[in-house]
Amino acid sequence: MGLETKVGEILPEVITTKLDSLVNWGRKSSIWPATFGLACCAIEMMAMTDARNDIARFGAEVFRATPRQADVMIVAGRVSIKMAPVLRRIYDQMPEPKWVISMGVCASAGGVFNNYAIVQGVDKVVPVDIFVPGCPPRPEGLIWAVMKLQEKIEREKVFTEEKAA
Amino acid sequence: MSESIEQTQTQSSRYADASLIRTKFASTIEEIIEAIGEVTLIAKREGLVELMAYLRDEPSLKFNYLSDIGGVDLGEFASPRFAVAYQLYSLEHNHRLRVKVFLEEEDANLPTMWNIWKASNWLEREIYDMFGVNFEGHPDQRRILMPADYEGHPLRKDFPMKGY
Repeated sequence: MGLETKVGEILPEVITTKLDSLVNWGRKSSIWPATFGLACCAIEMMAMTDARNDIARFGAEVFRATPRQADVMIVAGRVSIKMAPVLRRIYDQMPEPKWVISMGVCASAGGVFNNYAIVQGVDKVVPVDIFVPGCPPRPEGLIWAVMKLQEKIEREKVFTEEKAA
Repeated sequence: MSESIEQTQTQSSRYADASLIRTKFASTIEEIIEAIGEVTLIAKREGLVELMAYLRDEPSLKFNYLSDIGGVDLGEFASPRFAVAYQLYSLEHNHRLRVKVFLEEEDANLPTMWNIWKASNWLEREIYDMFGVNFEGHPDQRRILMPADYEGHPLRKDFPMKGY
C-alpha cells in the first residue's frame, strides 16, 4: 500500500489504522467483569485479581457490582435451576458488546453435581464464549481465558456486530 | 434420681422417657423403640395433633422446640412408603424425643403442626417440596427449595438420579 508511510512522512502526528483494530484494541484492553461468584470458583476468581496474579495487567481487574457497567460475565460456580433465571436477567442487563466466560467444570457441564438441582452447563441459559476447565481452575487458568477472550475480541467486526467464532 | 438429672442437664441432652404416655395415647402410639440411647415413638396419624400438643404442654415433658422434621422414602415398592420424623427437644428439661409417622403412598397426607410449633411452617414446606407429602391445614404450602414451576419431588426414590 504505502499510504500509511506517506501520511506518516507528511503528518508525523497522525497514525493510520483500521477502525476494527482500533475499537477492538480498546475493547479487549478493558474487559470489566461483572461480580458474579456462585461457589468456590469465585475464590479463585478473586485470587486472579490479587497482587500475585494481577489481572490488571490485562485490563480486567475492575469488577463491577452492576451488570450495566460490565463487559464480561464470569460464571464462577454451579448454577442451580432456581438461579438460572437470575443469571439470565443479569446477562440481559449487560450492555452490548458482552461476553461470557464459563469458569470451571460445574458451570460448563454440571461437574460432580449431576443431580436434580443444578443446570448441566450454563450454555443452556446464556451464550458462552470461553469455557475454562478445572475444579476449580487456578487463577492462571482464568487469566488464560481472559487472554483467549482478548484474542477473540480482536477478530470481531465493529459494524456488522458479528461475533468472532 | 435428682443427681442424675443435674448431671445430665449440665452435660449433653438425653432422650425422654416416653413410656409414661403410652396408656394415655394408646390408640395413637403404635410402638416405642429404644436404641443406642434414643427413643423413637411410632405414631399413627389419627390423634397425632393431640399427642403433639400434649408433648409440648405437659410440664414433665415440655417439648417446646421442634428441631427438625425429616422425610423418608422407603422406595416405590414399600408399603407404607413414606415416613415423617419429628425431632423434638425440650429447652427446659434438656431432653429429646423422635416421633415418627408412616404414610401410604396413595394417602400421603398429614395434619400440619403449625398450630403447635410455628417452626414447622418451612420444615413442612421442605417435606412437601422434596417428597410430595401433603400437610393439611398448612398456611402456605408452596415449594421452598425448588423453583415454583418444578415438576416432581426430587428426593423420592423413583426420581431420576441424573439427567436434570
